[in-house]
Amino acid sequence: MIKKINNHPKSLRKIPTHYCAGCGHGLAHRLIAEVVDELGIREKVIAIAPVGCAVVAYDYWDFDCSEAAHGRALAVATAIKRVRPDNIVFTYQGDGDLAAIGTNETIHAANRGENLTVIFINNAVYGMTGGQMAPTTLLQQKTATTPKGRDQKLHGYPLKISEILALLPGVKYIERVSLHSPQEITKAKRAIKQAFTNQIEGLGFSLVEVLSSCPTYWGLSPNQALSWMREVMVKEFPLGRIK
Amino acid sequence: MANKKILISGNEAIAEGALAAGCSFYAGYPITPQNEIIAYMASQMPERGGVFVQAESELAAINMVFGASATGARAMTSSSSPGISLKQEGISYLAGAQLPAVIVNIMRAGPGLGNIWPAQSDYFQATRSGGHGDYHCIVLAFASVQEAYDMMQLAFDLADKYRNPVIILGDGLLGQMMEPIVAKRISPIVYRSNKQKKWALTGCKGRKPNIIRSLYMSQDALEKSNFSLQAKYQKIKKSEERYEGWFLDDAKIILVAHGSMARIAKGAVKALRDKGKRIGLIRPITLWPFPAKIFRQLVMENKKLTFLAVEMSFGQMVEDVRLSVNGKVPVKFFGRSGGAVLTAEEIIREVNKLE
Ligand SMILES: Cc1ncc(C[n+]2csc(CCOP(=O)(O)OP(=O)(O)O)c2C)c(N)n1
Ligand code: SF4
Repeated sequence: MIKKINNHPKSLRKIPTHYCAGCGHGLAHRLIAEVVDELGIREKVIAIAPVGCAVVAYDYWDFDCSEAAHGRALAVATAIKRVRPDNIVFTYQGDGDLAAIGTNETIHAANRGENLTVIFINNAVYGMTGGQMAPTTLLQQKTATTPKGRDQKLHGYPLKISEILALLPGVKYIERVSLHSPQEITKAKRAIKQAFTNQIEGLGFSLVEVLSSCPTYWGLSPNQALSWMREVMVKEFPLGRIK
Repeated sequence: MANKKILISGNEAIAEGALAAGCSFYAGYPITPQNEIIAYMASQMPERGGVFVQAESELAAINMVFGASATGARAMTSSSSPGISLKQEGISYLAGAQLPAVIVNIMRAGPGLGNIWPAQSDYFQATRSGGHGDYHCIVLAFASVQEAYDMMQLAFDLADKYRNPVIILGDGLLGQMMEPIVAKRISPIVYRSNKQKKWALTGCKGRKPNIIRSLYMSQDALEKSNFSLQAKYQKIKKSEERYEGWFLDDAKIILVAHGSMARIAKGAVKALRDKGKRIGLIRPITLWPFPAKIFRQLVMENKKLTFLAVEMSFGQMVEDVRLSVNGKVPVKFFGRSGGAVLTAEEIIREVNKLE
């Protein structure tokens, strides 16, 4: 008999996702579901889905979820947690959602030290709308709106929102992880678990920035995308504990 | 519970009325002329066991209300015209996700930054779905401090009953005005989330997960959801029209005014009645649904009527009066806008021009 080693997490529905081949979103969903199961908090969790490729994350997770307008997840989450402090509330947001249109909500929720968990998916592009420049797009990276590559003179520099947030006294924990190899995925899961544990213990605002692949709008194969993350992306966005 | 008599401003009455109605979450961003509401909530909401958040913007405030409402709490925000413009995205999401909420707009003059003086020029924005999509908010307008207080109970009840955002439309004059009112003596807030709201997000213990959404990817699914919204709006239209009528039985001229304009118009009606003029007043209390039935009924009974809509705008509510009477009798308009408040004398002069 073949022994099943990877049990399907209870918090993840057994249905195929709509993500492109090699996309990091599905994997990130799964890591969260595993952590929720392991911490035994499925019945207490309330998730806020972003506007972005992961907008229907609530079709995949098997716990209470709310939608939020593009960028407003942390305002929605703030209220949910304040009204129901015994629930475990987290947001899942892309780089456009969290670090462009939602920057104000992000900085102020962090600065208030809201006892929330944030899973921040950095794939260096806007996936949902067709691969335009994100605040995190690398210099020289070609996107639908930077056809000649991102030029700092015209478009500014890749925004290091995690480093900015780390300056705020209200923030408890920030770590940057990546999904480009099995070792890094293990580290990513450990960081996600830490961010949830912090909330359970009432320690305050915790954010995990997850470098995640978008082969479709990087114009690469799934494997090439992983190499690009390992060789290029992590140089701009160094991994490890930021706070 | 015993009642108490207090002297407060319209803005404070709104806050006190909301607390009396079981509002347990408030988020807002300061803007004149409604700052008394946010200050009152900051001091009283935590005292009574609820949650107060000074948001970083009106966008954040309305989305905080979205989150609090998603958990089943009675939630509200307040602002004035420019801030209400910012909230429109969130109001559209509340309507789409069918979340109850109360949004107070103490109007000031616009467009743009305008000024802080009273106006009624956000009528279109409130009654015509100010954000994107086919939706309606229930819109209520008060004309006294007591009514502001009482209206908060009605607003939260209607919001919950129909799972729909409710807008309270007032103006700076009403917000700042002090009047004595009878208020309920209230105990601390008993619940933060309402157990009856089976759809609320509370954690999925002992039930299937709940989802709060306004996204429906397929055309069929969204149209189905929109049909059910429309059916709800029809039901609201049928059952919730409210107005106050004055001397409608024998009137040949009927003034139509809401909010503080209605108070001033009443002064004009009284003075003209004293001179023997057959004049009356309709004060719409629900601006959406607009109380069309009473207009239709009056027009059916008397073809010789003339309506005069008076507004602190250049003519917004008058369109609903015209739609209601459908060309059967003349509908005139008189208004000023920019912070100017019409006087009873100006209205009387306008009425006298009609004959
Ligand atoms: C107010 C508003 N503006 C713009 C959009 C269009 N929009 C949807 S998702 C998105 C960007 C998504 O990018 P990101 O947050 O990085 O997530 P990804 O899709 O890459 O996972 C944009 C601009 C919208 N839905 N709402
Ligand atoms: S576009 Fe990119 S982020 Fe979106 S599903 Fe495809 S690979 Fe994933």
